[in-house]
Formats: sequence, structure tokens, C-alpha cells
Amino acid sequence: MTNTSERRVIPIQTEPPDALRLAERARVLEVCTQLKDQPGALLPILHGVQNAIGFVPSEAVVLIAGELNLSRAEVHGVVTFYHYFRTRRAGRHVVHLCRAEACQALGAADLEAHAKKTLGIDFHSTSADGAVTLEPVYCLGNCALGPALMIDTELKGRVSAQRFDELIGSLRKEVS
Amino acid sequence: MKPVRIFVPRDAAARSVGADETARAIAEEAGRRGIEVHLVRNGSRGMLWLEPLVEVESDGKRYGFGPIQAAQVADLFDQGFCEPSTAAARAHASAHGPTEDLAYFKRQERLSFARVGIIDPESIEAYLQHGGYAGLKTALGMQPAQIVESVTASGLRGRGGAAFPAGIKWKTVLGAPGDQKYIVCNADEGDSGTFSDRMLMEGDPLTLVEGMTIAGIATGATRGYIYLRWEYPDAHRALETAIGAAYAAGYLGANIQGSGKRFDLEVRLGAGAYICGEETSLLESLEGKRGQVRFKPPLPALAGLFGKPTVINNVITFASVPIILERGAPFYQHFGMGRSRGTLPMQLAGNIKRGGLVEVAFGMTLRELLYDFGGGSLSGRPIRAVQVGGPLGAYLPESQFDTPLDYEAFAAIKAMLGHGGVVVFDDTVDMAAQARYAMEFCAVESCGKCTPCRIGSTRGVEVIDRLTSGTNAAAQEVLLRDLCETLTYGSLCALGGLTPFPVLSALDHFPEDFDKTPRARASA
Repeated sequence: MTNTSERRVIPIQTEPPDALRLAERARVLEVCTQLKDQPGALLPILHGVQNAIGFVPSEAVVLIAGELNLSRAEVHGVVTFYHYFRTRRAGRHVVHLCRAEACQALGAADLEAHAKKTLGIDFHSTSADGAVTLEPVYCLGNCALGPALMIDTELKGRVSAQRFDELIGSLRKEVS
Repeated sequence: MKPVRIFVPRDAAARSVGADETARAIAEEAGRRGIEVHLVRNGSRGMLWLEPLVEVESDGKRYGFGPIQAAQVADLFDQGFCEPSTAAARAHASAHGPTEDLAYFKRQERLSFARVGIIDPESIEAYLQHGGYAGLKTALGMQPAQIVESVTASGLRGRGGAAFPAGIKWKTVLGAPGDQKYIVCNADEGDSGTFSDRMLMEGDPLTLVEGMTIAGIATGATRGYIYLRWEYPDAHRALETAIGAAYAAGYLGANIQGSGKRFDLEVRLGAGAYICGEETSLLESLEGKRGQVRFKPPLPALAGLFGKPTVINNVITFASVPIILERGAPFYQHFGMGRSRGTLPMQLAGNIKRGGLVEVAFGMTLRELLYDFGGGSLSGRPIRAVQVGGPLGAYLPESQFDTPLDYEAFAAIKAMLGHGGVVVFDDTVDMAAQARYAMEFCAVESCGKCTPCRIGSTRGVEVIDRLTSGTNAAAQEVLLRDLCETLTYGSLCALGGLTPFPVLSALDHFPEDFDKTPRARASA
């Protein structure tokens, strides 16, 4: 015989399981609160979120959409339009390698091949040790001192294969 | 003894090859030797092959030493570089004598870059001492229509690439009804081979702030945005500092220098989309949307940012305004040739021995720029092709190097001057690969609004691949030219519309590179 007093309440899940850490969730909301009242707030908020937690995951898209009274599709559309916003966690450092013409004229294609081989990855991925995420970029404005790359926000010029190995070597040696 | 003034650039390009380390080494070495040094972090002089270029001041002159890596600093002190005019210091292998006597620098006509590399960009006092805000002062004593008239009379054309007369844009905004108007600066300098915007924003950011403020007063706009690409973090810091200083000194805000005029300014960051350098796409992005191109009309001057009348100009356009107001339209108009008036900061990039920034009046030939200034290729091999005007600019063969730097002269050879970037390639370049890259770039960066650009660019890569592999080559070439025509006439904006420039110029001037069949290689 069933006992009616043991009726269970099953919560309705309206959002996908939340993979964001609680602290990250709080920071996303904090950024939204801080920036949402300015005109055209979405890009500043996306920058703020990526600065705060390193990426803009779909869980953050839900929160931002709620705060700005936009649909998730609208926010998702903006996030994916821009190359800079990332939807997955990056490695400890992000290396943007220039692929544009001025760097090509000084061997950027060879440097790109060397970088991919050394790190064992293609663009948009992270080395196995979690140290480096490799991204392409189309011009860093260092066109007279190519080939160029940027490590996080630090611009580097005249990057030979050897200099690349030195720069990356020091990043990989860091203790995480 | 007075402390020795030593300048080490804080420009991102200089830092990319070790300027911070050099500056630190100088401070440490001076401390060790008990020499009192006043270290100034200036912008770059634009002679980028000499970076890090250390300058030491003596008797009002600045003596250049470069490139100087941190490891060479002790040796410089040993040679007495703190007294740079002495024979011993001048005998140093890296000594160049007074920087301003170097031919590369001396031959330039620096108007918008007059202060870049000279002053500490973080100091509003230095800006004022070097003639800063003289243009604004003049503007505050004029009627808005007079300011617009002055800009029109100067002949200043938009320096972003399209070369539209700035005065006409301003006049439209001045005459447009609207409770709120905006000034927007396009600092999304995405063209490969260009870095003049970056150098100006890092080396003399207040010139841009002043130019935008004048634009606001001239058109009745009270709010400005600088749309800056994320790839320029150093410029971002420099602009934030400059804007903060301008507010503190009463050059921005509710009552500019007691005039009762208001102008507020802030920086917004882009997020890695080349298309956002296109003005309507930039406005969409500023509004917090995908950077998709808008139909024109309505013109941004009538319905721009948030649907309001908006002046949108490039960094160098705004930075040219203060001197026009300060010295008068005839002064500026006097430089240049034909309908291209004033100066254009050219940027020498790629495989070039002396790469850097060269601000000259319109009219100099490309050859003078490449050889007299640039000194030929970095590799020492012959220069085979030069791409002028960014990734949408044509590739020019040696036979076209005598073209003068002038908007119309370039248009006449189906090329464009654009934002003034010159990318040099030596004879190892594969022009078919460059043509393929142009299509690939268009495919990566297309906003997706127009079919010819969105799909045509991908098809273009495929057609070039078939062409170079020799699969029915003659028919592929017909197809490629047809596709380029569709792109040219079927795209809303310059990305799709101009991608055929690099593709067809490569095909027309370097057809031999497209035939990669074994027979062609054997006969080559």
C-alpha cells in the first residue's frame, strides 16, 4: 500500500546543470550590476565577465540575458560573433599568434607551423599541460617588427622559432 | 649636477623588443654608479628598427642610441653615454647622434605626429608645454559653423581609408536636428601593416582627445566614444590615463575651460572583429550587438549611434584637427597634391630594413618611401611585391612603384592608399598563396550579411586551389574573375567589395605564380 504522506517534490529544472563555480557566478552578476545601466552595455559586460573569470560560458550567458532583459539567443549571438570572446576555459596563458600579411612577409606561416608542432595543438586549443592556449589573430599592430605574437596582454616582436621556444618555455615552467 | 634626462619609449612595439628591460637596466646601472637619472617613458619616434631607441638629452638636444638591449646598458655607461655629445659616446657602435638629425626623421613633415616620441604621453603638463590644446582654445572662440568651415577648407579627408571629406561629414551632423549627437572615433585599426593609430594613441593620446572635443563643439555633440580594438592594451591604458587627466584639468566634462560647453568621452573595447572597422558595423557593436553592416542610407551623420546624428572618423582624422585649428586651414591645405591635402602618416611594414612611421605630405612616390626611407628589404633580396592599404589593398609590382602617394593616383591603377600601410614582400613570396589568403581572410572576417562575401569568399579559396593545382586552369580563371565581379558589385561594404583588389592584382601582375603544374615549374 502506498503512503500518500511520502509524496516527493521533484524540482523542475529550468536551466542546464550549473558548472560555474559559485564564486564565478557571483562575479558574473557583480559585473552585470556594475555595467548594465550604460548604453550599449553588452560588450562591456562580456569583456568584464571574460576578465573576471577567463571565459564566457553558456551559464554566464543565461545570467547576462536575465540581467539585461535580452533573450539567451541574442546574447549567444553576440558572444559567438566576436573572435575574442571564448566559451571554454583557457589555459593559464593565451598566446595570440599573428597570421596577417606583414608578419607573413617575415615567415609567420613557418612560425605558426612551429608553434603548433611544439605545443602539439591546433588553434583554439590548449596544450596538454594546461599552460598555453593558442589563438590566431589578424594583426597586432607590430607590423614593422614581425613576426609578432601576444602573450596575454604582452606584445612580442621579432619572434623567431628560437625566441618562441624561450618565451613559451618560461610559461610552461611556471608552477600552476 | 643636474640629473641626466634619458628617454626610453613605452610604445608597445618598443616594449615588444625589450624596452622595459632596457629602462630597468638603465635605472639600476645609474643607481649602482651613483649617477642621477631622470627616466622619461616617451612614445616611439617611429624608427622602429632602432627600438629600443634610448635617447639622452644634452644641451637641449636628444642623442639616440639603438637598438639597446638590457645587456648592453653597462657598456653604454662605460662609454660615457650620459654625456652623449662627447666623441667617446658618439663613437659607440649604437650611437646615432642627435635623433632629429637622422635623415629618416628629418625628411618627414610631422603634423599630427608632432609630439609623438617627444613628450611623456602620461603628462598633460608636457602636452600643454608642447602646444597642446592650442587648437581647442581657438575653437572655443569660434562659432560651430566656422570650425566646420575651417576643417572643410583644410581639405582634410578621412584617414581611415575611404578618404571622405571630413568637413562635409561634420557639416551634415551640425545641420542635423537631434537632442543628442555623438562623436565616435574608429580606433579599430585592423589593417595589417598599419600601426599609426596605435602609435598616436600610445604616444600622444591627448591629441586625439582634443580633436574629438573640437568635433563635439563644432557639431553640438556632447558625448564621444573611442571604439578601440582589444589587441591594443597599451593604447587602452594610455587613453584612460589621458581622459582622466583631461577631466581633472577641465578639458573634458560639463564646462570645458569655463566655456559652458560640455563634452564627455569614454573608451569602448572591440572584441576581435575586422568588420567592426567598417563604420556602420562599428556602430552596431557600440550598441552592444553583433557587428553586422547596416544599409546606407540613412547615413550615420543623420542616424548613427543609437539612431542619433553621429560624426564617425578615424584616429588620425581627429588627430589632424587640432593643428588645423591652431595654424589655420591654409597652413594644412598647403601640404599635399591634387585633392589629397595635408600629410599622411605612412607605415612601412613587413620585409623592410627600416620599418616604421613616416609622416609626409601626399605626393612622394612609393619608390622613395620603400628605398630612401625603408632601405629595401630586410632579407636583402629584391622587393617583388608591395601591398598598400591593408588586406583589401592591391599588390603592386615593381613597375608601379613610381606611383605618387595620392588617393586619386592609386585609384587610377586599381589600388588604394587606404590607411597608409605598406607591406613589403621579397622575391620568395608566393603570390597565389597571398591571393588565397585574401579570400580566406574575407571568409574568416565576413559579418555574414551579404551572400557574395559570406559564401563567395569560401568559394574563392576553392577556386584558387583548383586553379593552382592545374585542374582545368583556364576555366577556373574565368570563374575566379566572375566571382570577383560578383563580390565587387554585390557586397554592401568594402570587405566583400574590395577583397577582389588583392586577388586580381596578384593574378594580373604575377600570373606565373598561379601555374604550379610540373611543366610550369620545370620551365621556371
